[in-house]
Amino acid sequence: MAPLLEVRDLRVEFPTRRGILTALDGVSFSIAPGEVLGVVGESGAGKSMTGAAIIGLLEPPGRIAGGQILLNGKRIDNLRYDQMRRIRGREIGAIFQDPLTTLNPLYTVGEQLVETIRTHLGLDGAEARKRAIGWLEMVGIPAAAQRVDSYPHEFSGGMRQRVVIALALCAEPKLIVADEPTTALDVSIQAQVIALLKGLARDKGTSMMLVTHDMGVIAETADRVAVMYAGRIAEIGPVREVVKHPKHPYSAGLMASIPPLDRKVEHLAQIDGAMPRLSAIPRGCAFNPRCPEVFARCLVERPALLATGATEAACWLYDAASEKHAPEAMRHG
Amino acid sequence: MAETPILEVEDLARYFDVSRPWLQRVLAGEGKRILRAVDGISFAIPRGTTLSLVGESGCGKSTVARLVVGLYPPSRGHVRFEGMELERARAIAEQRRRMQMIFQDPYASLNPRWRVKDIVAEPIRAFGMTPSAAAQQAKVAELLTQVGLSPLDGEKFPHEFSGGQRQRISIARALSSNPDFLVCDEPTSALDVSVQAQILNLMKDLQARLGLTYLFISHNLAVVRQVSDRIGVMYLGRLVELAPAETLFTTPRHPYTRALMEAIPDLEMTGRQRIPVGGEVPSPISPPSGCPFHPRCPLANDRCKAERPGLIPARATEQSLTACHAVEEGRDGGLPAAQRIGTTATAL
Repeated sequence: MAPLLEVRDLRVEFPTRRGILTALDGVSFSIAPGEVLGVVGESGAGKSMTGAAIIGLLEPPGRIAGGQILLNGKRIDNLRYDQMRRIRGREIGAIFQDPLTTLNPLYTVGEQLVETIRTHLGLDGAEARKRAIGWLEMVGIPAAAQRVDSYPHEFSGGMRQRVVIALALCAEPKLIVADEPTTALDVSIQAQVIALLKGLARDKGTSMMLVTHDMGVIAETADRVAVMYAGRIAEIGPVREVVKHPKHPYSAGLMASIPPLDRKVEHLAQIDGAMPRLSAIPRGCAFNPRCPEVFARCLVERPALLATGATEAACWLYDAASEKHAPEAMRHG
Repeated sequence: MAETPILEVEDLARYFDVSRPWLQRVLAGEGKRILRAVDGISFAIPRGTTLSLVGESGCGKSTVARLVVGLYPPSRGHVRFEGMELERARAIAEQRRRMQMIFQDPYASLNPRWRVKDIVAEPIRAFGMTPSAAAQQAKVAELLTQVGLSPLDGEKFPHEFSGGQRQRISIARALSSNPDFLVCDEPTSALDVSVQAQILNLMKDLQARLGLTYLFISHNLAVVRQVSDRIGVMYLGRLVELAPAETLFTTPRHPYTRALMEAIPDLEMTGRQRIPVGGEVPSPISPPSGCPFHPRCPLANDRCKAERPGLIPARATEQSLTACHAVEEGRDGGLPAAQRIGTTATAL
């Protein structure tokens, strides 16, 4: 099946006084219709940046400096602002972390839903309002017919995030970009919102790019997952494979350092050091200073995504050509 | 137990007046609005152990942290530090230096205009602990080494460090007055998961080495399991369950504790359908009558709506204290089957 979204070799740069920072470098992936792709990584890995680039909302001075983004086979990375506006909402819905800043505090949630529905679906006011109430019911807002005239501040955090989900879905987009949709919520509310998002995406056949730092949310929701590190994809593959049998040393370290709920461990696995700053990304593989498996090739040559079993990992361990160097590896595990 | 616990909290409460200004209140004809952030909780922490408080936002866990170090005066109840009323203990510098706090946000809790060595040395200076500048310098170097930084890092400013390193600086500062008791308010919540593991390991090492006592505040149950000896679960300003860490995880008794564990996403992908607890945390300004959890509780009955349950030993597991009528009456279906084994939680 042709992918709904295709990102090819995406590169995002931030020009600064001290030179150009490369925030994303060579990011490529695709999302099939109806598929949920999870994107995980630590702060600064570029996961939110990838989402922002796709919906055309990169914060200036950030800019797409290379690569292509295709939606249904058509490029959307080079569109003018007003053309992109028509795609945002209609073709790609967005859900952000903080539901309070997503909603306009001066309009009722009904007005905001009606505006979106009328703009994108061209319905008249009465019909749009009926739809708005229907959406609020669908996302589980009690007494939707009355609540439609409430202002965002009259809702709790969890209810607001439900409104945001209704707003993202109401123009029936084919793709949802959800950036940390549950991070601002408490764990019991988080479970409700995940269940809702998953159910709606399945029922409507909507594709989703789910950006989060919470591996549990990904494990429950996503079909495939991309692990990002320092602006690059370290590993991408079916979620089960990546969680259970991570191939890239970074994904392996990341999975191991998650504290288990079912037992107490004396010493948690940790990855020493920290992710490099954008201004000081090391040569070769960006993970090489922290990698327990590092060898000579990692220090000079940057690995591309290499197929290994069911997943693809950007790691020289999985290149047949570097295998013969492995014995003389300078391991400092 | 013969030994006095290092910290003892008895019927502690803290209310905040969140009323509107007097004139507006009178014009609108409304009464005072009192937020009961902490409403009558009791616990004790034996020396050298860790008690954790868990709960969702607004449950009052951070307010407890501030109360036990004296950052807020209590509205009711007692805090005793080694048997001495906190207010008296806080008046004595020698007692004050023995309790320190580590805050959640390592970006906000370090003065950006001070060098790290001055930040770490401040408690030493404030308590007049070392006479000479050279001794002070040596102490700072030792502290930085202890938390896994280099003595040379003392010359740098906080902005030159990552979040995890800053939290190490906060820990070095807290340790500089040779405390016995540390209050850690969400010390790893602002950190990424691989760095969180570093800090948790460091805190456990330090506890073993220095015999520290921790009050650990967190919303992350998996983190809490790794560091705690005992765990208190808070809901709307009250303790609903207080139990040894392992007991809490193997046999959670209170319906809220069970719901919390149920809500954590499953990393093992057993395909299990989770049943999220419905509803939301009510406002602590007008908490529900009786048991605060009753509007969301599957086991609630009329008694739960009317009568506030006390924290009493749960049937069949004396080590667990539970504030639940259903558990007391045996309406909770007895001991829950061993909680789902093979679950791993998650926040990176």
